[in-house]
Amino acid sequence: MSVEARERRQPWILLSPALTAIGLLLFVPLFFIVVYSFWLRTATGADQAGFYLDNWNEALTDPFYRDILFSTLRIAAITTVACAVLGYPAAYFIARSKGNKALLLLLLMLPFWISYIIRTMSWINILGVSGAVNWVLLNLGITSEPIQMLYNEPTVILGLVHFLLPFMVLNVYVALEGVDVSLEDAACSLGSTRWQAFREVTLPLSLPGLAAGGLLCFVLSAGTYITPLVLGGPTDAMYANLVFEAIITQLNWPLGSALSLMLLGVLGALVLVYNHYLGMGQLMKGLG
Amino acid sequence: MGWPLIRVYTLLVYLFMFLPVAVVVLLSFNASQFGSFPMTGLSFRWFVELAQNEAILRAFRTSLVLGALTALISTTLGVLASLALVRYNIAGRNLISTLLIAPILVPEVVLAVALLLFLNFLSINKSFFLLLMGHVIFTLPFVILVVQARLVGIRRDYEEAALSLGASPVQTFFQITLPLLAPAVFAGMLFAFTISFDDITGTLFWKPGGVETVPTQIFAMLRNSISPEINALGTVMIFLTVGLPLLGLAIARRMAMQRGG
Repeated sequence: MSVEARERRQPWILLSPALTAIGLLLFVPLFFIVVYSFWLRTATGADQAGFYLDNWNEALTDPFYRDILFSTLRIAAITTVACAVLGYPAAYFIARSKGNKALLLLLLMLPFWISYIIRTMSWINILGVSGAVNWVLLNLGITSEPIQMLYNEPTVILGLVHFLLPFMVLNVYVALEGVDVSLEDAACSLGSTRWQAFREVTLPLSLPGLAAGGLLCFVLSAGTYITPLVLGGPTDAMYANLVFEAIITQLNWPLGSALSLMLLGVLGALVLVYNHYLGMGQLMKGLG
Repeated sequence: MGWPLIRVYTLLVYLFMFLPVAVVVLLSFNASQFGSFPMTGLSFRWFVELAQNEAILRAFRTSLVLGALTALISTTLGVLASLALVRYNIAGRNLISTLLIAPILVPEVVLAVALLLFLNFLSINKSFFLLLMGHVIFTLPFVILVVQARLVGIRRDYEEAALSLGASPVQTFFQITLPLLAPAVFAGMLFAFTISFDDITGTLFWKPGGVETVPTQIFAMLRNSISPEINALGTVMIFLTVGLPLLGLAIARRMAMQRGG
């Protein structure tokens, strides 16, 4: 074999294990559940192979599934907006601070190293019947009985915001780091106020970071099922809970396939729209 | 908004991020028998009980083995793929990059369902093997991103020098490239381990009955109610996943300073 031919083959040899793994463990299985979603789970528990639209019909038209899809998207949207509102000023502060930037960044990375389930359950210590808030309220004499503040939609959103906020701050920070401070100074020297300079110059330039953080927050919160189980009540199920229910509890795998593909379709469409307008570059910057 | 206002706002955001976790650590030392306020005194009793809880120790062992194997496999695949992407000019590089990070773009629940049902179709049931494959697939993109970012910073000159002085490509890889790569490999492994150690979403789908990892064990314990033991377990986890890497970082920095001075 010539040296050139070997040189050309080398990268593919290096890539093949990873590509094979992702092909066999992600793409083939995804294709498989597309086929599977058209099968039918019979009353006996056996699968009937074929082309049946029953699962898709159920996933698309059953008001129960539709309502939960909409409430899942609503929860994800509120979470994303809350993360942006809380996260943007913090990211701005980190990007523009002089002295303690390294410490602030290190602290920002810490939540990524703390277990998701621990961060989620930590709110039970704060808002639970015997949690910190109730203890303070009782001792101050404001209430005479502990109030149950947990297990409703707001606490689910609270848990999600707490979990996803670092993703938002990090993405906005990366974008703001790329915006030259002297641009704002230039705008000011040309007669705009600080606030105008921020609104007209820095904010638009940092929007790609905000969008990348927003996409991550939205997709990750819409796909969650642990947070509603820990911090939500019986009626606060999100779409991924339906998937879990169908697959693990009811063992109706064809229906579970259709439901997962619904979720993938809705969130995938969002990713495609994002990719069309902004490309994946910004997202990768924030993740790396 | 004035600067002082943004400063206070940021402080509040950081408090929001860390206060609940700090309360977990605080309550784990609470002597009271319920995992809640008020603090009745400082005590290590919950850590002692933790160390005697067979189920939790088993979960720890499972998580450690799973995380270590995931890190090993994922980093091997990831380093090879990153080398190809950074070191060679290949056709369709953007497409390949997108394919390699696809597992991040698919919601984890969907990935979990697809893998579970497909392997079941191939008569591979819920098992430690399925769990391991699942963890490899969703840690791989993160490893590739981290390793690639480090790899870009390594100059090719050293390798070319070794090659021109007569070293074989294999010798060059093991004696020149790999040592230069070590920080990237280490970062990738640490990242993969942490993600695997922390995962619960996919794990609940893939784990065989009776097998628990630390997060699923905590989740199962939460079903009853929050107990001081869970807070203690949380504190141990925080120490392991935050304290140890920080300690490692500090030691590494110190060693680098000593070498420099």
